[in-house]
Amino acid sequence: MSILINKDTKVVVQGITGRQGSFHAERMIEYGTQVVAGVRPGKGGEWVLDGKVPVFDSVKIAKETTGANTSLVMVPARFAPDAMLEAADAGIPLIICLTEHIPVQDMMRVRSYLDQKGVRLVGPNCPGVQTPGECNIGIIPGDIAIPGNVGVVSRSGTLTYEVLYALKNVGIGASTCVGIGGDPINGTNFIDVLQMFQDDPGTDKVVLIGEIGGTDEEKAAQYIADNMNKPVFAFIAGKTAPPGKRMGHAGAIVEGGAGTAEDKIKALQAAGVQVADHPEQIAELIKG
Amino acid sequence: MKLHEYQSKNLFAQYGVPIPKGRVAATAAEAREIADELGGRVVIKSQVLVGGRGKAGGVKLANNGDEAEQLAREILSMEIKGLPVRKVLVDQGIDIETEIYFGITNDRSARRPVLIASAAGGVDIEEVAATTPEKIIRVHVDPLLGLRDYNVNDLAAGIELPRIHWKAFGQIAHGLWKAYLESDATLAEINPLVITGDGQLLAVDGKVVLDDNALFRQQNLVEMRDLDAEDNSEIEANKFGLTYIRLDGEIGCMVNGAGLAMATMDMVKLYGGEPANFLDIGGGASEEKVAAALRIILKDKRVKAVLFNVFGGITRGDEVAKGILAALKEVNPDVPMVIRLVGTNAEEGRKLLAEADMITAETLSEAAQKAVEAAKGA
Repeated sequence: MSILINKDTKVVVQGITGRQGSFHAERMIEYGTQVVAGVRPGKGGEWVLDGKVPVFDSVKIAKETTGANTSLVMVPARFAPDAMLEAADAGIPLIICLTEHIPVQDMMRVRSYLDQKGVRLVGPNCPGVQTPGECNIGIIPGDIAIPGNVGVVSRSGTLTYEVLYALKNVGIGASTCVGIGGDPINGTNFIDVLQMFQDDPGTDKVVLIGEIGGTDEEKAAQYIADNMNKPVFAFIAGKTAPPGKRMGHAGAIVEGGAGTAEDKIKALQAAGVQVADHPEQIAELIKG
Repeated sequence: MKLHEYQSKNLFAQYGVPIPKGRVAATAAEAREIADELGGRVVIKSQVLVGGRGKAGGVKLANNGDEAEQLAREILSMEIKGLPVRKVLVDQGIDIETEIYFGITNDRSARRPVLIASAAGGVDIEEVAATTPEKIIRVHVDPLLGLRDYNVNDLAAGIELPRIHWKAFGQIAHGLWKAYLESDATLAEINPLVITGDGQLLAVDGKVVLDDNALFRQQNLVEMRDLDAEDNSEIEANKFGLTYIRLDGEIGCMVNGAGLAMATMDMVKLYGGEPANFLDIGGGASEEKVAAALRIILKDKRVKAVLFNVFGGITRGDEVAKGILAALKEVNPDVPMVIRLVGTNAEEGRKLLAEADMITAETLSEAAQKAVEAAKGA
């Protein structure tokens, strides 16, 4: 079992003709993901990736023709808000957006519209979602995780790879890995994913990877204390980050003493979460 | 990106927010000229992008042109928190009756814009928020609807603004909202919004912070950028699409991905070292980008060792290796370098780097430990 995506997920890639879009769509197909369509306005009717994937002019046409039920957005930041709204309007229930540097005000409008439509968004500025052995949507390398019973949720991209890889090295697999992204305004948050993992019979343990900025980890800690009986393990990045400086991710900024790594670690520990000193240690903690 | 006070207020004025009469001056003589025009009684305000200007002596009241010139000269020779004062704003002196705080910002957890107001304006708003939070009124705005009159009424009623000022306040609120919206601000703030002795509302001080991700469509505002407040290496890194932040330690770090970069810094610290910087080369970094990143790190003379941690996903190991080799030819560093390369095309990358004199590591812990040891030995 898994959450969000599985072997039956049918993906439309918005931005499939771009350099990154085509490179990663190809790798997703190699992984076994059903990439059923691509969208690029003005290029409808063409086929890409050696004739494997049809391209459509809009998400609506792609969905009607192929039955796609998940969209992967890999278009540049200035076009990404429109791409997400288009997918939502076309009735796609799950949108995974990898694009980084989307203006915050755009994201507030997009999120508000998607909420009204009841559409789930993962990202933006995230590495995607992977259900090992079944489906890989995004840029998480296919060979760093094996199927298993550990659910992984993370605000960071490469740091997630680090943890998946450390787990694999000691023979531990993942049920699903969800990168929720590092932006201040995003779609799915920690609590949404924790709830899904709690309800998923294929997930026995959960790993949460957070970082400085905001209070999402603190809220997650409260949720864990109140609602979860599956063991949770965590790592928080940014203990050495200076206050007031933005550390790459737009969300990772410590202001006025809120959102520090220490606060988050304390909150998680109080909720019974085992917090690792470094990402590789998570594997040791899970092994016990 | 932050705007200066005079830039912020001019922006607000374009949207119909009343501001005091005044102009910016770069010399004491200009300040005198402006003061004379304004009738002598003026405020001289240093224009630097740091808080606490008043406490640092960067804001002074002058009663005539002579005083204005004298005070402007003093302020223009100051440095406030390390930043040189290059300009002063000379504003007409205002007869202040009441000071209100009024700002618009993005509420991250509510995922919508929020109007914030307080009748206890003029002082440090964080202080008010901490000690008397009930004096801060917040009203959220639906991002799809935009600002509505009832939002403004809620705010005015919340701070118990006398009814006689509601109309003027409404005009200011709509103006500030438009300024916030159309400039892609993450903060548009008037503090204080003054009620004058003769019952006028005036934005006496202003602050605007812009969303860096939206600067591509804010060309007019980008031209106002003040590079004094920014670190040279950080500006240089920006040009290459790198995120670099200078820190105080001795171990230079180059990592792909912000989260992993932070975790790498934490690891260095865990093993007894101090990171010299945060540097994220981003996803899918090219050879040129990697070379630029290494040059920036090595420019910092405090760096005693360099740690590369690259977990390839969208970034390819061979590209990173080529970038490192290219940069090494140019800069010929005399500090030890530790590299850990995993993921996409890592094998190819390691082969390329075999000829270079670098310490290799398999895991993040091992890499951090080796870098700390290498820095001690250097």
